[in-house]
Amino acid sequence: MLSAPLVVLLQPRGLAWAGATAAGLVSFAIAVALAMAVLGGETQTYAMGGWPAPYGIALAVDDFSALVLLLVTGAGAAALLAARPSVDKQIEEERQPLFYAAWLLGLAGLAGIVVSADAFNIFVFMEISSLASYILIAGGPDRRALPAVFKYLIMGTIGATFYLIGVGLVYMMTGTLNLADMQARIGDVVDLNPILVAAGFITIGLALKAAVFPLHVWLPNAYTHAPHMVTVFLAACATKVALYVLIRFDSMVFQDKLSDHVIQFAMFAMPLAVLGILVASAVAMFEGNLKRLLGTSSVAQIGYILLGASFVSQAGITAGAMHMFNHALAKGGLFLAVACLAYHYRDLRLSQLGGAAARMPWTCAALVLCGLSLIGVPGTAGFISKWLLITAALDAGPWGWTLVIVILVSSLMAVVYVWRIVETLYFQAPATEETGIVEAPLQLLLMTWLVALLNIAFGLAPAIPLTLAEGSAAALLGGMP
Amino acid sequence: MKLLDLLGYYNYWVFAVVLMVGLYAVISKNNLIKKLIGLSIFQSAVFLLYITMDKVEGGTAPIIQAGVENQIFSNPLPQVLILTAIVVGVSTLALGLAIVVRIREAYGTIEEHEILGAD
Amino acid sequence: MIYVFALFLLTLLVITAVAIVRTTNLFVAVMLTSIFSLLMAANFFILDAADVALTEAAVGAGVTTVIFLSALALAGDVEQPRLGSRLLPLGTVGVLAVLIIYATFDKPRLGDPDAPVHQHVAPWYLEKTPEYMDIPNVVTAVLSSFRGYDTLGEVFVVFAACIGVLFILGVRPPGPAAELPAEPSGLRHHLIPQVVGRLLVPFIVLFGLYVQFHGEYGPGGGFQAGAIIATGVILYALLEGEAEALRAVPRSVLLGLVVGGALLFGAVGVVCMLMGGAFLDYSVLAADPVFGQQMGIIVIEAGVGMAVCGALLSIFHAFAAREGRP
Repeated sequence: MLSAPLVVLLQPRGLAWAGATAAGLVSFAIAVALAMAVLGGETQTYAMGGWPAPYGIALAVDDFSALVLLLVTGAGAAALLAARPSVDKQIEEERQPLFYAAWLLGLAGLAGIVVSADAFNIFVFMEISSLASYILIAGGPDRRALPAVFKYLIMGTIGATFYLIGVGLVYMMTGTLNLADMQARIGDVVDLNPILVAAGFITIGLALKAAVFPLHVWLPNAYTHAPHMVTVFLAACATKVALYVLIRFDSMVFQDKLSDHVIQFAMFAMPLAVLGILVASAVAMFEGNLKRLLGTSSVAQIGYILLGASFVSQAGITAGAMHMFNHALAKGGLFLAVACLAYHYRDLRLSQLGGAAARMPWTCAALVLCGLSLIGVPGTAGFISKWLLITAALDAGPWGWTLVIVILVSSLMAVVYVWRIVETLYFQAPATEETGIVEAPLQLLLMTWLVALLNIAFGLAPAIPLTLAEGSAAALLGGMP
Repeated sequence: MKLLDLLGYYNYWVFAVVLMVGLYAVISKNNLIKKLIGLSIFQSAVFLLYITMDKVEGGTAPIIQAGVENQIFSNPLPQVLILTAIVVGVSTLALGLAIVVRIREAYGTIEEHEILGAD
Repeated sequence: MIYVFALFLLTLLVITAVAIVRTTNLFVAVMLTSIFSLLMAANFFILDAADVALTEAAVGAGVTTVIFLSALALAGDVEQPRLGSRLLPLGTVGVLAVLIIYATFDKPRLGDPDAPVHQHVAPWYLEKTPEYMDIPNVVTAVLSSFRGYDTLGEVFVVFAACIGVLFILGVRPPGPAAELPAEPSGLRHHLIPQVVGRLLVPFIVLFGLYVQFHGEYGPGGGFQAGAIIATGVILYALLEGEAEALRAVPRSVLLGLVVGGALLFGAVGVVCMLMGGAFLDYSVLAADPVFGQQMGIIVIEAGVGMAVCGALLSIFHAFAAREGRP
């Protein structure tokens, strides 16, 4: 039963970190159970309040939802397990219960979006998760967190409002809010203009939330100045859920009606995805602050996911979905390692991190592993999704080769920026003579290594996420003529 | 008949104009509180859009009165959605203002260009 | 006749919006925003959306203005004139406006009963409410029962805002901390507000309770009621000073209200599940499903009212407590 949101919601008073973590683990367990059920071949549905859709609100979990749900709850739980030492350092004690409560709300919101099958319900939970993430980011100790989160708030709210306008327009033309119902009724619509405008609004709104180029400007600052564990959580899931909604809405509602839809979506999404990949990777090569470098790299990765989706083919969507999963693993691991580093190093600029490997060997080794996954070295999870992406590109017709070159070039750029990090950590002389820098606390370290190892595990044995991803593509494309 | 038609389209145009006025304020003003005000105007315009949709000619508010048969009602669904949206809007606003207050304390100003310059 | 009035209102709306953007005095802007909300509420009423009008008036014109003013008191109320060119924003905005207006030409005519919006789901609600729930206010029925899950989400949005403001403003501001004044401050020395206010506060609270419990029969319900009751207490705080208000309704009670309200709503859902139905399926709450629905609706509306009231008051106190520091 879909009580993942419920369980998390019933802990509003995260009186201790323990309570929050327990809730996180329970939701993860439920997500795993759901995923196994879905793998068995059926979509799980649930009618809220006993009212059948479309009169009531229905929840539905299919392959795509299950995949994203796994990664959301997994990331939330994992980050929580590791969170204690880092949060203790960054947030004052009296505020901690509020902080954990906000975390749970964020987790509930994201989970709620993924399992929902009703367009307006998605909006409500989207706002829950957004508000929660604003709160979490604002907990950052650096005062620069505040303008960063303000910008995110403004852009995020505009995005949500655009989404609302779009949904309103679609509702105006079809009379329903349930996604499956919309898919059925949109065929009857005669006047297309409002639908086109609606599609535009929904896409822009969600693109703002997902940090698609060029609407990504809020992301680097927000990730950099947020408390470190918050960055782990958000980098792994927040934008991906927005992309999830975008892809789902697009495939279910708009594809049938808009003729030449495939070409249209590709026309808009692909160039933006490509630009995002190239520009962001390029900028990341020159960044001086470790967190901002990784944050900018995330924008590029979002570009990859969007690129995969824009192919609107079985291979493309599978690649996109896989990359959602793998990037969450890779970036989550990287930011966990950063949190370990940050435990002792105050300043995260690369110039100050020289020689860290000598003092924190385990942390840096984990960082290297995740970095390799980010690049896409064979044997890591990242490789699987990059490979799928290249295959999809090759199938995509005349632009295929250009896109393959784009992917390869950007991967090279990733090598450059990961190498910069590695070089600083291992080969540069320490900037200051600080004593007392030892390895990070065990709790943090264990979690970091767990995620790093998962990167390898899923690289060598990608069966489960791969099946789900392929299933997602099939389900999403199911309505296509 | 004619007046109602005109009113119908007028509603939508007002929606478009107010929406853009709000958006303009958010994008181009430097003062953070002004931006938030613009944001709230922007959101209110959306409410207008939804509620305009729900009116049925000759209808009345969807409250069933005992003993009156064959009443024409306006659509209750957009109203429900907007009730939710109003509350969401206010919540976001409250958070935004709390952040602005903190920014003022940390930076001494709430003009965006000054804040960007300070770091 | 009423349509001419509506046209007039809409035009006023646009003028107000432009005025808000153009003025540089933020205090004026906030007051104009309050008027803007009121105009919106009037418009909603003309469009037959009574509940929404009530909510917009209570929440938009009332509470929003209070929060804005408290923030202004802390942040300064003059805006500096903008530098730089206006071309790009104006251009973007203009293009978007044209696009939207272009889209309006295909929309269903206002009030057309055959529009898709009015088919399908809406008539079902109107028809089935008497059958399933037997309460007159269809909007409340849809809000609390048919789409109760959304309302649960909404309560948690309010909850999130509350803990967010508490979290963000929970950091001690730089500079010497000011003690809460030992003797009551507020408007004690102004006679007229004192007299009128004291008369008003109990009525406001009573009205709020009325709106809460009559939400099923007429416009009203948890959100509006919560906002109204909060307004009453805020008025009391303005008159008697914050210390008195905190003595009357202390912070712990407020926090209890917020958490309690949210949990109450969730608990109802769980109880429904435990009794064999789906989450938030009220018909299993009592032997007679119709009565079960009514019970469920009353309880969750109470939860909503509690949560909203507590949250708004907590937010107000969080802002007010910072007052007086430079």
